[in-house]
Amino acid sequence: MGVEICVEGLTKSFGHQVIWQDVSLTLPAGEVSVMLGPSGTGKSVFLKTLVGLLKPDRGSVKVAGRDITKLREHELYEVRKLFGVLFQDGALFGSMSLYDNIAFPLREHTRKSESQIRRIVLDKMDMVGLIGSEGKLPGEISGGMRKRAGLARALVLDPEIILFDEPDSGLDPVRVAYLNQLIVDLNAQINATFLIVTHDIASARQVPDNIGLLFRRELVMFGPREELLTSDEPVVRQFLNGRMQGPIGMAEEKDAAQVEQELARLGDADRKPRHVGNDMTPRLMPGPGIARPPRWEAIARREAELHRKAVTGA
Amino acid sequence: MRLSPTGALRHSGNLFAMALDVVRTMPRRPFQAREFIQQAWFVASVTILPTALVSIPFGAVIALQIGSLTRQLGAQSFSGAASVLAVLREASPIVTALLIAGAGGTAICADLGARKIREEIDAMQVLGIDPIHRLVVPRVLASMVVAVLLNGLVSVVGVAGGYFFNVVLQNGTPGAYLASFTTLAQLSDLWAAEIKALVFGAIAAIVASYKGLNAKGGPKGVGDAVNQSVVITFMLLFVTNFVMTAVYFQVVPQRG
Repeated sequence: MGVEICVEGLTKSFGHQVIWQDVSLTLPAGEVSVMLGPSGTGKSVFLKTLVGLLKPDRGSVKVAGRDITKLREHELYEVRKLFGVLFQDGALFGSMSLYDNIAFPLREHTRKSESQIRRIVLDKMDMVGLIGSEGKLPGEISGGMRKRAGLARALVLDPEIILFDEPDSGLDPVRVAYLNQLIVDLNAQINATFLIVTHDIASARQVPDNIGLLFRRELVMFGPREELLTSDEPVVRQFLNGRMQGPIGMAEEKDAAQVEQELARLGDADRKPRHVGNDMTPRLMPGPGIARPPRWEAIARREAELHRKAVTGA
Repeated sequence: MRLSPTGALRHSGNLFAMALDVVRTMPRRPFQAREFIQQAWFVASVTILPTALVSIPFGAVIALQIGSLTRQLGAQSFSGAASVLAVLREASPIVTALLIAGAGGTAICADLGARKIREEIDAMQVLGIDPIHRLVVPRVLASMVVAVLLNGLVSVVGVAGGYFFNVVLQNGTPGAYLASFTTLAQLSDLWAAEIKALVFGAIAAIVASYKGLNAKGGPKGVGDAVNQSVVITFMLLFVTNFVMTAVYFQVVPQRG
């Protein structure tokens, strides 16, 4: 279950403006990864390149062994059936009701009968908590509901890979927490490969297996969550702590001397070697009703271990 | 917007590539019959009334011009012939084209543009559905069919308008008007006009779809796309009209 995505040397520019260059990473099959980055670093562009909506200048994106960037149009449409994508505003079809929106991929791609479709659609709507809103039009519901409906539509073909484009933008913190829980539950249930593009630090600390950070037109770092949360790389530390002192400036980036000065002023407290527990936000686990596959059992054991160490002050 | 010397070339290339894609996708099953009927109905409903209202004065203007000219030359018996010829050959395809582009094309462009900036088109592609097949082909076919039908409507209304003005207001002879109907015009003129309308309908819908699907930059981008689609369509239509007319005169022997 789940499919690995292997990105190598990916470079994209619009005109003379380089968005990012030489991005290489592997999204491991069945794991949750988060791509972080300040606004305007091309996170959404990266996501669209992964599904072949945008063509990169160089590099390759291998999904299930096939290079997305070299496929012909009709092959691309085949490979895309592996993907479910949640767009920023849900990207629902404005002229259709929520029910028709969610049923749309089934009607287009399968020969299921209307009663089978109805069962699947209602099941997915139940999963995202939208039962009772089947007949509403996308224009009549709130942004949070549109996102959840978009998610239901992305899930309906049982995708192997699910991409989330800023699932938390424009939502209140409580709804973001619910949505994060939903993402974790989903991962435990369907074992698909997840990639979440966001700039919400709280979600990035709690949800993923892996974190990547895009900044200054390149991938600063990509690796397991623990590695990034405890990293001493200034950009990573600044971003994950959401503070002003560091290389990321309001406009773009600051000069090196200023960064040094700021970090020095921050004090030695920040530079001291710390043990792992300090920086580790506890990981969000699947809800009590969800059967945990072996992967999540292992994660739960590791989390319990870390927690014990933190409490006993190892 | 930055101007680059290759920009115009690139855009015309992309437009042409999309036209080819539309032709290639057209025979692909399943045919989107529902979308086609909805779009045909929609394009017809936004164009029929304005077309009829434009073609009455159009026919009248031609009748007035020709009426006074033929009277000066003492060739009143030919006023019917000349007015039918003018309406059938040139006026009706052009009026049809202007309305298909102005009313139908803008609506198509605005609709697709709004979907594009709401990421609906991207979502559709990710769901494995080709927007050319699902959205553009039915619109192009609908616009072609409606253009052909509208052309018939314009011809009838235009000729009737011409008849009314010539006979009732300029005291022309009904018999002479009707009798001279076919002295200059011939059936192949009607076919040629219908083929023109068919091509114009296709061009208008393809340009509108291209501009709509490439809209960017929020709501203003949709407005710009609609604006550009009308201008580009008009330019293309008049050039195409000239070429098709020139070819027609070479291919079909003329009367008189």
